[in-house]
Amino acid sequence: MSKKIYITGLGIISAIGNNVEETLDFLNKQKSGVSSLDNIVSRYQHQLPVGEVKASNDELKKLAGIEHLPDNTRTTYLGIIAAKEAVKNAGINNMKEFRTGLISATSVGGMGITENLWFDYLNPEKTGEWLRYIETHECGDSTESIAESVGATDYVSTISTACSSSANSIMFGARLIKHGIVDRIIVGGTDSLSRFTINGFMTLMILDNEHCKPFDAERKGLNLGEGAGFIVLESEEAAKGKTILAELSGYGNSNDAYHQTASSPDGAGAYLAMEKAFKISGLKPENISYINAHGTGTAINDLSEGTAITRMFGKNVPFISSTKAYTGHTLGACGGIEAVFSVLAINHNTVFPNLNYKNQMPEVEFTPTTELLTNQKIDHVLSNSFGFGGNTSALIFSRHN
Amino acid sequence: MEAYINGLSVISPQNTFNNSDFLSEPVVYTTNYLSCIEPSYKEYLNPTLARRMARIIKMGIAASNICMKDANVAMPDAIITGTALGCLEDTEKFLWAIIENEEQFLTPTSFIQSTHNTVSAQIALQLKCMNYNFTYVHKGFSFESALLDSLMTIAEGEAQNVLTGAHDEMTDKYYKVCDRIGYWKKENVSTFDLINSKTNGSIAGEGAAFFMLGAQKGENVYAKIRGLKTIYKPESAAEIEKHINQLLAEKGLTINDIDVVLYGINGDVQYDHVYYNLKDGLLKNSSATYFKHLCGEYQTASSFAMWIAAMILKTQNIPHAILIGENKRKPIKNVLIYNTFLNIDHSLLLLSAC
Amino acid sequence: MDALIDKLKGEIIEQLNLEDVKKEDINNDAPLFGDGLGLDSIDALELIVLLEKNYGIKVANPQDGKKIFQSIRTMAEYIQANQK
Repeated sequence: MSKKIYITGLGIISAIGNNVEETLDFLNKQKSGVSSLDNIVSRYQHQLPVGEVKASNDELKKLAGIEHLPDNTRTTYLGIIAAKEAVKNAGINNMKEFRTGLISATSVGGMGITENLWFDYLNPEKTGEWLRYIETHECGDSTESIAESVGATDYVSTISTACSSSANSIMFGARLIKHGIVDRIIVGGTDSLSRFTINGFMTLMILDNEHCKPFDAERKGLNLGEGAGFIVLESEEAAKGKTILAELSGYGNSNDAYHQTASSPDGAGAYLAMEKAFKISGLKPENISYINAHGTGTAINDLSEGTAITRMFGKNVPFISSTKAYTGHTLGACGGIEAVFSVLAINHNTVFPNLNYKNQMPEVEFTPTTELLTNQKIDHVLSNSFGFGGNTSALIFSRHN
Repeated sequence: MEAYINGLSVISPQNTFNNSDFLSEPVVYTTNYLSCIEPSYKEYLNPTLARRMARIIKMGIAASNICMKDANVAMPDAIITGTALGCLEDTEKFLWAIIENEEQFLTPTSFIQSTHNTVSAQIALQLKCMNYNFTYVHKGFSFESALLDSLMTIAEGEAQNVLTGAHDEMTDKYYKVCDRIGYWKKENVSTFDLINSKTNGSIAGEGAAFFMLGAQKGENVYAKIRGLKTIYKPESAAEIEKHINQLLAEKGLTINDIDVVLYGINGDVQYDHVYYNLKDGLLKNSSATYFKHLCGEYQTASSFAMWIAAMILKTQNIPHAILIGENKRKPIKNVLIYNTFLNIDHSLLLLSAC
Repeated sequence: MDALIDKLKGEIIEQLNLEDVKKEDINNDAPLFGDGLGLDSIDALELIVLLEKNYGIKVANPQDGKKIFQSIRTMAEYIQANQK
């Protein structure tokens, strides 16, 4: 069984690009992809700053290359676009050559459609072809469409642990390879913006009505976003002779067990997740070149994560940034999207900046990287993702030698 | 990858939650919408915590609580759950409020609790359990994924005791919504008539089941989980048979070793042939049993089946309520569960006596 | 003031689903959070919505809730002072 987990393909779509090339270009420009909410009819339309993919559902369907199939949810389109790119990037032409699966992650599945049709579903007098959308509500439905679009159906599953969902799908996928259940697996997550999540976060009063400022002493909250990020993981045998972009060397999940939504002030769960990731990888904190933090920009997350990082790294915190100011917080997709960023950081020897940062947080020992750094030797990247229900996850991506 | 079932509890439309009776007097339903028989939650939840909780969260916590006592494990090393629909009642509540109030005057509670991992998170919060915590949400694979992860976690040596569960609730509204796409029968069917039904659709159900899976045999051990497989959209009956043979071969068993098969027969004439092909073919020498007439159809119904399988192996008794024909085998060493949800997600689960 | 306090108690019991609590159980000056009624930060968000919905008062910063929701009396005083 494979001891190492190789990453051979990347796929991404978010507010800062429809594919890896566009995304890298945008990251290097050091500007935010956060704009105003346009695609959703809502009380907050044209006002609320969000990381929105500027394409209609029809445009996304075309981009996904599935015009011949019935209409689907935005979450599914985003997922198919990113998963297809990852498979292509990995140079997989024959899905049957190895046992290949797909694990997706999402926070609300097909809610973007359910919230528009719910009262019609309940009204027996209304009927139409749209009734078939009922089945797209379940989180697993988008996964099955994505898996079928790339032909990776030897193992199919979906994870939903709020905002750590897709970090957890990457972790589960890696373990499926290690246990010999599959040889290759496409892992990540997808989430589209919806009135459900926008209003949900509104009730929690943790949305910033301007651009978010992760790790800034004056931070006011997060910006929501949408998108999908998938990576291809392969066993040593399946990846033989292929271009290996990076390795997934460590992973860990833990629970903060502090509060239903809020992280603990001491970041106990975050600390444990990082500690487990170090144990699996055999690496030590001093080996990490760059931390792609969860860094949502809420008062509580950044304090909790910052405290855990300070505790883990002491005064020697490596380069650190949150890329949420680029993309917004893409919820169930953020672990997948940031996995792509982490691998790009290694491949391009680059640290992507923490945009919108001005004021030092007094509680932490580090200052995030605020300018694009190139020509850095980035060998190991730690990527954190934390979610509601105290769910805390950490992944470590390493250069392949 | 194997694990012992050292404790269990299932809240279902039958009198099952305290494990004192094994379906000796099944509750007979004459409608197509089965709801759980719930315990008094005061024993398991303090009222300050319970006041905000929707029914499914209470069911999940109570079932996990009974399961931990049954296994005599106070702190699991991991909590892994499966749920296809998550916390439906809270989801509907928040959805209704958004539409009805035009995105104003919304409160956070139902939104927070609508999150799919609420039950596993609430269990962790109450236990102050900081260990591994995962929730799988893949339709008819939700429980199976949680189970596979649990077996992997034990095999990795990361856990001695894993609290593994599944929960899905049905609501009045969701029953109506699913009815519109033909999930349920149009005519009312009584519990023991379901198997002879020749119409489309099934009956709706729900449940919350928890199991304490151990690396070591516990004092109250029920059975051993030997292995499982999930098959996405099998192309033919032959493909299903190939997977069954493969699973058995991996465990050094043959078809003749399977004493009892628990089929997910749900009275839907469109899909029940999947089960009958096996029952009258490959698995014809095993005793045949079924369970969905007792718990209804739902995405994580296989968790109810695992409860039954564990109870059969421990008690060496097959209740009349689940038998199709005669029990042909004694003692009962190996039980196979075959289930599918809508003929898309198929799963196989093998349990053995300890 | 007494009428407002009485009304407020009823609204809080309903909004926060305090099934086993009766109006007379809530002391006008006892803390609502922590030791008193045992409310938490999610309840605070619920109460902010209650103020907006029932009294037309908008609390923009959730941190302000700490002062406003010290007790039933402080909450009633805040409503009297801010209601238009």
